[in-house]
This record gives sequence, C-alpha cells and structure tokens, in this order.
Amino acid sequence: MSRYVLRRLLMALPVVIGILLVTFMIQAVIPTDAVSAMYEGQTTEEEAAEAIAAMRERYGLDQPWYIQFTRYAGNVLHGDFGESIRLRRPVSEEIGYRFINTLQLTGAALLIGILVGVPMGILSAAKKDTWLDLGAMTVGLLGISMPAFFFGLLLILVFAVWLQWIPVVPRGGAALLLPALTLGLIEAAPLSRIARSAMIELLRRDHIRAARSRGMGEMSVILRHALPGTLLAVMTVIGLQFGNLLGGAFIIEVIFGWRGIGELGVKAIQWRDFALTQAIILISAGAHIGANLVVDVLYAWIDPRVDYDT
Amino acid sequence: MSENAPLLQVRDLRTHFGTGPDAVRAVNGVDLSVDRGEVLGIVGESGCGKTVLALSILRLVDAPGRIVSGQVLFEGQDVLAMRPRALTALRGRDIAMIFQQPKASLDPVMRIGQQIAEPLRLRGGRTRAEAWREAVELLGAVGIPNPEEKARAYPHEISGGQAQRVMIATALALKPRLLIADEPTTALDVTVQAQILELLRERCRALGTALILVTHDIGVIAQMADRVAVMYAGRVVENAPVARILGDPAHPYTRGLMRSAPVMGAVQARLQEIPGGIPDLTRPLRGCAFAPRCDGRRQAGPARCDGQTPPPFIPAPGREARCWLQDGAPAAQPAPAGWS
Repeated sequence: MSRYVLRRLLMALPVVIGILLVTFMIQAVIPTDAVSAMYEGQTTEEEAAEAIAAMRERYGLDQPWYIQFTRYAGNVLHGDFGESIRLRRPVSEEIGYRFINTLQLTGAALLIGILVGVPMGILSAAKKDTWLDLGAMTVGLLGISMPAFFFGLLLILVFAVWLQWIPVVPRGGAALLLPALTLGLIEAAPLSRIARSAMIELLRRDHIRAARSRGMGEMSVILRHALPGTLLAVMTVIGLQFGNLLGGAFIIEVIFGWRGIGELGVKAIQWRDFALTQAIILISAGAHIGANLVVDVLYAWIDPRVDYDT
Repeated sequence: MSENAPLLQVRDLRTHFGTGPDAVRAVNGVDLSVDRGEVLGIVGESGCGKTVLALSILRLVDAPGRIVSGQVLFEGQDVLAMRPRALTALRGRDIAMIFQQPKASLDPVMRIGQQIAEPLRLRGGRTRAEAWREAVELLGAVGIPNPEEKARAYPHEISGGQAQRVMIATALALKPRLLIADEPTTALDVTVQAQILELLRERCRALGTALILVTHDIGVIAQMADRVAVMYAGRVVENAPVARILGDPAHPYTRGLMRSAPVMGAVQARLQEIPGGIPDLTRPLRGCAFAPRCDGRRQAGPARCDGQTPPPFIPAPGREARCWLQDGAPAAQPAPAGWS
C-alpha cells in the first residue's frame, strides 16, 4: 500500500514541474510586469523609470526568463516561494493563513455538499420515478444551472437582508456560514445526480437481485450492497470538487470577503504579483494532485478488485 | 395445509413486459406445482419464459416487467399478495434462488464469507462470530477446499464453478424448503457442470429441499428431475414424470425437443431441429402457439389448432399436455386442481 502511494506521488512530480513551467511562461509572455503595474502613471516619468529599474534589478526581472525560472524553481524546491512584490513580505507567510482559511471553507462546503447531495441522490434512486425523485432532481438541476456568485448573492439577500438572521458582514464562525452554504449546496447538486445514476445502475446488477432473493430488505440491499459501489462513483467527483475548492473558490471568496486563497489569487493577478500568482497556481495544482491521489488510495481501499501493483 | 397438498402451486400466472398492445407476454398463463422434496425440471428453448417464470415466483422481476395476474401459493399462502415484510421473510428462508451468472450474482466488494454469513446474521439471529463460523462450515459443505481461507476471498478471486458453489451455500444457508435454480450450470465449464449438479442434488436431499431446476438442457433434466414441465411461448405445454417425457412425450413440441437434443443413455436417431422459430410474444396467441411449427397439426385438425387454445388434457394420471392430439382424454379445465 505505501509503495503504491509512493509511486503515485512520483508520478505526480512531472505534472508539478510542467505546471510550474507553464505558469512561468505565461507570466513571462505577458507584456507588463508587476513593477510597471505598480508605478505607471503614479509619479513623474523619470521618477517612475528610476524606481522601476531599481525594483526590476532587486527582483531579478531584468534577467532573461530562463535564468529567472531556474532561480525560481530552485527556490521552490527549498520551500521558498519568493517575496510578494506588492505585500513586501514572503509569499509563504501570506499563503499560510490564507490556505487554512480556504481549507476551513472547503471542508465545511464539502461536508454540506456530501451530507445533502449523497443522501438526496440515494433517496431519488430508491424512489425512482416518484414525485420525490422528480422534486429532488429538479432542485438538483437548478443547483447545477445556477451560477455560484448569483446563488451567493441570493443567500446574502435572503438571510442577511430580508430575514436579518446574520449581519451582512459577519464575524467569526458566522462568517463561514453563508459561503460554506453557497458552495456546499452548489456542490450537492452534481453529487446527488452522480449518486442517483450510480445507484440506479447498481440496483440493476445481478448481485442486487441475488441479495433480494435471500430476503435482504430494501434498506439493507441499498446500504450494504449498493452503497459501496455508489460511493466509488461519488468519490471521483468529490475528489475533483475538493481540488477545485482547495485551489480557491475565487468568486465566492471575493463575494463574501473570505480571506482565502481564491480571494488572494484575484488580487495577485490584478497586482501582476509574479511570485504570489505562481504560488497560488502551484497550490491549486497541488491540491488537485493531492485530491486525486487520495481518491485513488480510497478506491483501492473500498474496491478489492483494484490492484496496487499495476 | 394437509401434508398431501403441494408445497408450491402456481395458478394461471401471467408476467408481461411493457403495457398495452405491444406488451411481451413472457409468462402467459402458467399452471404448475411442486411437492415437498421433489425436483421439478422446467425446460424450454431460449425466450420461452422459463427464467421470467422463475423470477416471478419470488417476485424478482424488474421493471418494465410486471406480474399481471395469477397466484403463487406457497403452502397455501399467496406470495403475490404478500406485503413487503412478509415477502422478505419468505425469500431465503422458505424459497431461495440461484442464478445463471454465479460471479455476477456475488457482491464484488464483499468477502465471500460475509455474503454467506449475512442472511444468517441479519435473518437467522446469529452473532457475527457464529455466522462467520457457520459460513465457513457451509463453504466446506459445498466442497470448497480451505474454506477458512476462501471465506476471506473476494468473488473476483475465485472461479465460476466455485462461485456457483458459494451461491448454493448462500442460498441454502437458512435451509429453505424450495430452491429455484435458474440455469445454474449454463455459464460453467462442462467438466464443472456435472459436479455442480451433483452438489445441488446432494445438498437438496440432505436438507429435504424441493428444487425447481430451470434449464434448456434436456441432459440436465434427464439427470436431475423427478418431473418435467415443458414450456413453450410462455405456457406449460406438457407436464409429466421425467421417464414419460424422455420415453413417450405426449406433445409434438416435446417430441421435437427430444429429437433435437442428445440425451445420455437414450437411443436416438439423427438429431433433428424443429422447423421455424418461436412466435412473436407481443401478439395475442390464437389457438396453439406451436401450431405453425407442428408436425401433428394436420392430424389434429388445422382449423382447431389455429383457432382454439388447447386445454390441458390428461392422457394418463399425473400427465398433462396442451395438445388437440390428446382430445378425447379428460381435460383439466379451467384451472387444474392437483397437478401431481
């Protein structure tokens, strides 16, 4: 098992390097850099030019791109993501607490998504073609079709403005409530559809009929014999969602002023903050790779047919 | 119920797929019965409705199939009228079933021992440890070597023949009084088939379990059955003791089946196929379903064969045949009282 995990990690390495390179290239190709963006049109032309030159030299932006890249890659390997030009402090410091914030939001959102979506999908499958199934799937379709930012604003309108249950700009734990609810319910929609279709497909299998023939009640058939297979299908989607959310739910974090990776990412791009943007993209990619790895390992754990050695 | 009453009685059972004029009448008015400890063979070619009949007895037909009418009386109680709770109580404990694809019939993500232990624990009131121990014993009883080790295996790690042994162990775990085996050896190697059949016979005898053996293989019937119901186009066309079916079939379709299949121990001329194909089951049948392919149609009178459905005639005690050639014998009509 540990060898399987190790090999999966090694396989992820080229992907990480590739991502690093591509991000770097995009930055290198963009005509303006952070320094120009900061000083352009702010003081007199000479002062600006002087400041720009000084800053460029300080951050090595006057060097050719490949030297910049080599230096950058080397630093990353040593855990140094560089210094944010705009914030004037190490990227890792800023990213650190941002990541924890995003992790909180992601965890809460996924928990809501799973707790709402999976049971809803299973119930729909069990009660296929009834009004309950139809209702759940209509709500699910709504959830899939609704843009996250609109849903977020809707929740703010309903809970903060109309009902006034929470302040528009809440503090502490309450601040987590609305963004987590928004993301969670939006994620619940695809989860419920996947769970439903997987469960319906599984309930047609021969071994389900065999379990019924042994006098297993509908409840034990669903929970004991169809649920593991359903979870396998659902897990793939959860893994993808986890990667997505961890990489930053950009729009939702901005709307709710949640100081996470996504909100920082939007700022970093506006600032043309070179090191910061790259670190965020790297974290986003890392989150995807990590989530996929976890899903693969869970797969092997739930499904005995998965062979560790291949 | 008196001891003489049959264990299972099926009366005018009809199972259709779909609704309206295009419905496929897979089981189209079947009557039969099974006595305690008896082995009833149900034989017929592919698409004659024998599997659907088997599934209908335990109400395991999936949509779009549905049981339209009839009765399935197990010890006098109508299975078709049972509430869900009574039905699940019946399944496995009174009537169990094994299927054509043994490997697909086992849960791929559950250890074999657990699958056998499951009904013992959830329905037989055993503790987890007791159920596991009993599962290992049952595995040994169906001839799995190293049962303790194999109990921990997953279905993909065993062969098809072993999987069917596991299915038999699982189905018989609660000692049901009737086992329905739907083509239990069709998916298996020829060498394994005989072993599985022998195992089925031996286990059923040991437990006093009656057996409904559904197959298209006359050889299997000859080897196993006490009595045989021959199905054609969703109906039982002949029902008789196995020796009669093999030696002196009363229905032209049964005769055709015998001529087209090699039977071990029987002296036969060249194998002959039955001309034509099975009728379209979406059309309502007028007359005898076999008439278009029948070599006795002229003799019995084409007008009658094409126009009127033959009732089950009783050419001899314990035998029935739905054929106008048997006209003159007493007819069991409309629904037969005792079939055995």
